[in-house]
Amino acid sequence: MPNVRIPTQLRELSGGTSEVSVDGDTVGDVLASLDAAHPGFKNRLFDDSGKLRRFVNVFVADEDVRFLDGLDTKVTEGQTVSIVPAVAGG
Amino acid sequence: MAFIEALICRECARTYPAEALHVCDYCFGPLEVAYDYEAIAAHMTRESVAAGPLSIWRYADLLPATEDGAVDLGAGFTPLLRADRLAAELGLGELWLKNDTVNPTGSFKDRVVSVALARARELGFKVAACASTGNLANSVAAHASRAGMRHYVFIPANLERGKVVMSAIYGPNLVAVEGSYDDVNRLCAELASEHPSWAFVNVNLRTYYAEGSKTLAFETAEQLGWEAPDHVVVPVGSGSQLTKIAKGFTELARVGLLDEEPEVRVSGAQAAGCAPIATAFTEGWDYVRPVKPDTIAKSLAIGNPADGIYALDAVRSSGGAFAAVTEGEIVAAIRLLAQTEGIFAETAGGVTIATLARLAAEGVVRPDERVVAYVTGQGLKTLEAVSAGAEPTATIPPTLDAFAAAFDGQED
Repeated sequence: MPNVRIPTQLRELSGGTSEVSVDGDTVGDVLASLDAAHPGFKNRLFDDSGKLRRFVNVFVADEDVRFLDGLDTKVTEGQTVSIVPAVAGG
Repeated sequence: MAFIEALICRECARTYPAEALHVCDYCFGPLEVAYDYEAIAAHMTRESVAAGPLSIWRYADLLPATEDGAVDLGAGFTPLLRADRLAAELGLGELWLKNDTVNPTGSFKDRVVSVALARARELGFKVAACASTGNLANSVAAHASRAGMRHYVFIPANLERGKVVMSAIYGPNLVAVEGSYDDVNRLCAELASEHPSWAFVNVNLRTYYAEGSKTLAFETAEQLGWEAPDHVVVPVGSGSQLTKIAKGFTELARVGLLDEEPEVRVSGAQAAGCAPIATAFTEGWDYVRPVKPDTIAKSLAIGNPADGIYALDAVRSSGGAFAAVTEGEIVAAIRLLAQTEGIFAETAGGVTIATLARLAAEGVVRPDERVVAYVTGQGLKTLEAVSAGAEPTATIPPTLDAFAAAFDGQED
């Protein structure tokens, strides 16, 4: 199963843990599984139209999914999906 | 500090206490400092500012920290220079240069770091950290050393030699990360979660840090006799500096230090090799699509800019523009600035002056405007960019004849 790294701001939803393993072949599936396992993630990560909120960045194996296939980006066994707040740096 | 009311999310307006928080827990939007402007207006006058120190701390009432000598190396209150020779070259009228190359570590970053670490100390932090394209690394390492704080400074491994030396000289720990600045930034955003006792100035302390850039507007207005300029040209990496300069002029009017509501056109300067915000401007997008940077202007090489949409808004709503300038234009502009005004800027300064030249040629920056261009970093930091061709005009033996032979008839 892929691992999802959870930022501090969302760890209240994951019971305080920083990494969760869930099923899924794509980023979208993985995040849906995350919400099924720990309800609340969907509201926090997606806006009302179902798009990722503009200040949420998602990385697969350290690459920004916007350089890959977005929510359709393939995720393989053991890969890490990181959810990272966009507001940093500069 | 006395005038902070809370932190407030720029996106959803949820409020938070004034702690080491930079992101809204709910929607991940950036947090902004909310001030009690009425109390500031009652307390802060042109006279109280004039009686303050010759540094950013003369504007402490509008900053989210109190003056702390331990993290004050004298950042700010840099010269605002009238630039008639450059103006003549570019076909402009009243042009001024904010020369921020003369800050303690050679860039405007000393402003934001002094504010961030002053606040960090108020909040009890003992360790300073940052993700940097170079200038910030120099500044955090220096200010942390002065304050006796341990520091962890993260930079991309391919940085200019000058910026590596100027960070490493202050002692451990300088960490070179194999990757781009955006990789460094992502690593630091994750590290900040794992090390909540570290003050990452541009991650968990970013809300306070970014406010330091407002002093670029405060000083400009004060140095113009408490008037705002008509048009400013600002280099853009993350977009934070530009956004905060625009905010700074607005705040001065709000607390009564400017007589009129300022109408400052704000224009942004990017390198063509990393122009995600300029591209969004040109294409009419309301979002910023990240890019993989490839430019000599490494201090602006942020492909995924945190404040991109806010910089875009500030430029659009003020009637400004963006330009994305080529590597050749950047180098030529560094030389032009040096040869007309005696200021040696790093590559970001080249980007700014090249953008000024481009926008002047296009008629966006106009000769009837009072214009201020922000030159925010020192040229010694990026010697590589301009070394080619920067050689002695002649190399001669120490004799009068040799000089005469080399400069026949040119002495006068």
